[in-house]
Amino acid sequence: MKLFGRKEQATGEILAGGENAIANKEVEGLSQGQIVRRRFFHHRAAVIALVTLASLILFVMTSLDSKIGPIRIPGWWKWTVEDIPELRYEDCPGGTTGCPTLSLKPGSSFGLGTHPFGQDDIGRDYFALVMNGARRSLMIMFVIGAVAGFIGVVVGSISGFYGKKVDAVLMRLVDFIQTVPTIIIAAVIGKAAGKVGPLYLALFLGILGWTGLARLVRAQFLQLREMEFVDAARVAGASNLRIAFKHILPNAVGQIIVSVTLIMAGAILTETALSYLGFGVVAPDVSLGLLISQYESSFTTRPWLFWWPGFFIISIALCVNFIGDGLRDAFDPRQRRRITKKDREQAKLQVKAGE
Amino acid sequence: MILFGSSFLVYNLAAYASDPLAELRLSTDDGARQQIISLTRSLNLDTPPPIRYFLWLRGVLGIFVGNLNLGMTREASTVQEELAYAIPVTVRLVLVATITAVLFGLALGIISALRQYSRFDYGMTFLAFLLYSLPIFWVAVLLKEFMAIQFNNFLSEPNIPIRWMVIFSIFTGIFWSSLFGGERKRFWSVFGGAFATSFVILWAIDLTDWYLTPGLGPILIGFLAVGIAFGVTAISTGLSNAAAKKAALTMAGLAVVWYYPAQWIFNNVASYFTIFILISLIVLSGLGLSRLYSKIDRGPIARTAIITGILSGFLILVDRIMQSWDDYRATDAVNGRPVPTYGQRKDQLVTEDFWLNNLDIIMHLILPTLALILISLAGWIRFTRGALLEVLNQDYIRTARAKGLNERVVVTRHAFRNMMLPLSSLFVGEFVGLVGGAVITERVFGWQGMGTLGIKAINSYDLNLLMGVNLLLSILVIFGNLLADLVYSALDPRIRLGK
Repeated sequence: MKLFGRKEQATGEILAGGENAIANKEVEGLSQGQIVRRRFFHHRAAVIALVTLASLILFVMTSLDSKIGPIRIPGWWKWTVEDIPELRYEDCPGGTTGCPTLSLKPGSSFGLGTHPFGQDDIGRDYFALVMNGARRSLMIMFVIGAVAGFIGVVVGSISGFYGKKVDAVLMRLVDFIQTVPTIIIAAVIGKAAGKVGPLYLALFLGILGWTGLARLVRAQFLQLREMEFVDAARVAGASNLRIAFKHILPNAVGQIIVSVTLIMAGAILTETALSYLGFGVVAPDVSLGLLISQYESSFTTRPWLFWWPGFFIISIALCVNFIGDGLRDAFDPRQRRRITKKDREQAKLQVKAGE
Repeated sequence: MILFGSSFLVYNLAAYASDPLAELRLSTDDGARQQIISLTRSLNLDTPPPIRYFLWLRGVLGIFVGNLNLGMTREASTVQEELAYAIPVTVRLVLVATITAVLFGLALGIISALRQYSRFDYGMTFLAFLLYSLPIFWVAVLLKEFMAIQFNNFLSEPNIPIRWMVIFSIFTGIFWSSLFGGERKRFWSVFGGAFATSFVILWAIDLTDWYLTPGLGPILIGFLAVGIAFGVTAISTGLSNAAAKKAALTMAGLAVVWYYPAQWIFNNVASYFTIFILISLIVLSGLGLSRLYSKIDRGPIARTAIITGILSGFLILVDRIMQSWDDYRATDAVNGRPVPTYGQRKDQLVTEDFWLNNLDIIMHLILPTLALILISLAGWIRFTRGALLEVLNQDYIRTARAKGLNERVVVTRHAFRNMMLPLSSLFVGEFVGLVGGAVITERVFGWQGMGTLGIKAINSYDLNLLMGVNLLLSILVIFGNLLADLVYSALDPRIRLGK
């Protein structure tokens, strides 16, 4: 996660003066939010990723029954995780059972069929299992992002804003948590948390995952609090809280959002890895990592049990990563629109016309 | 201090979160009760964890008086023994993976930055994101299936279908043509060239059954060595430096001349020491060549010659290892399935042969390292690209270009060195991070390293073992950070500590 950020920003910096003018014209008279939104929607990959992720979440969330308090919202998929329909034997390759009925070949078999992703050992519908797992993983991802984001911002901003002793103490705390090997300690907790459920696992992983963000926010605060506009606010009589929330935080928000998306992309991989090792979400609960670990050995005979959970992990992580990239470009004040050949030609023409 | 705090926390957390006797308590067997008593005694389970921690700490602090005691495992072996066995395994895995990933990542990242916004750059960006989103265990299982099981099947009936040749050649064509870029005409000519070359190579490999009895032979090594000589000269001093070119070419010639003597040496006195001696010989002859061809500015010439010599020597070494391939496949332990999916060594393979042993290590290393490389490559590509782009935008680069230096000097001297500053500190961090990532890889590939040890400890509630692994990883992180800071401040003259 740390690899990204900071160093990336240089892209497309320092262009010749004339080209700068072209780029600046683009953002003339727009507010910060408008610029960011505009830049983000110009980032094709990020927009595609955003749309994909949104539809993926919608798809996953509505497919199965969900409970919000006492209200039960029925899902559109016919099987649930508890159902154990009969195992399918016919037309499966090599004497296997429960092969997927999804067929994209045009013809009579085209369509979803009864079990598009196939069935597991005892006949449970694999589509329902994968959906359930994806839901778990998404939930854990968002919880980790929220918890780590919250703690990271609070600790980082306090540390950066007050500096001195508070800073020293909090930064030692960061060092301290960083030396604890995440995967080991998470495994210890996961082993114990297997009994209490995935939500606690997510909370705990969030509690471990905020250190990078805290350092980032601290650095931003340290830099921003020396700026003139903060002095101006202070002279005008603004309170500490007001300065922190109204003047500094909005300036740091870009980096924070980017960092949180990257934490989330990492989180889904951590969760699935832990579940794969048997320390995260444990059976009878379902998660994508757990599904892969359960059917790892049946890859040669029944590969569909392996492909689908992996496909969902990768698509979610990929989408989140691309969105993060788009956001970084959008928030980066040094990032200008790429000067294309066409722009250059036009600029030359303008210069000529001016002469 | 931090180490103390974090180990205290982990110790107590783990102690309270797990009950090492839970399974035994459930059993009503008499032996189980006996075991509870003996375990309680040997592991001091009757003392509460916070106090037990200090008992453990006393053992750890014993290192200062030369009497380290990390406690006993459940199987009544000492933790030191287990760690001493596991550390080299993990270090071998992670070191090889990191170095390879860095080399490839640097190369791809640099090209990506130099060809910013080209097809190659976009391809690399996408590749990096894709790799970055891959769960390592998933990749590892795929590698096992396709690189090991199916490749072994393929070896028992070796025949490359024409379809695969075409597909592979198309990919190589796309790679090279996107690398060179340029207008449509150039794109297609490069594509055609690369396509034809790789197709012919594959075809030749298929015809000669090269993968059953691989080897390079003196002729091929000669061609490759000359190619290396030109390549190294072009990057290191530029082809206009005639003396360097001559020295590198002589070195390549020497490599060919040395091919048969080297075979004799390798067959009779093969050891790591021999290889070391040969490398020293290469270095010496490189220095000699620089004296021979030039009176001034010998440094770069010697450098060019030495790099050429080492790379060509490496080819001869690879060739020798390849020659063992057939024997290796034929041994009972391997039994015609040379790509293993499990373990770090073949226990059944008992041989004195230096080359067979090394080939065995290499074959076992390939898949796990590949998995680790794929995962960490993404970060290196992105980071190198970012770092180089930032450096290339600096004023001193523009100054260098304005002075009329050619692009090679600007990139290798001015940009590359400054780019390595942030990367050097990253290297340490990545190494430490990969040790954590190796946990999963080890589990998938059944290596008996630190990760497996940690998992075993957690699963059997073996607190002392867990703490041993944890302590080692924490120390690694702390020293890694320290080392990163030191390296950075040593390399970057702008940073002066203790001012």
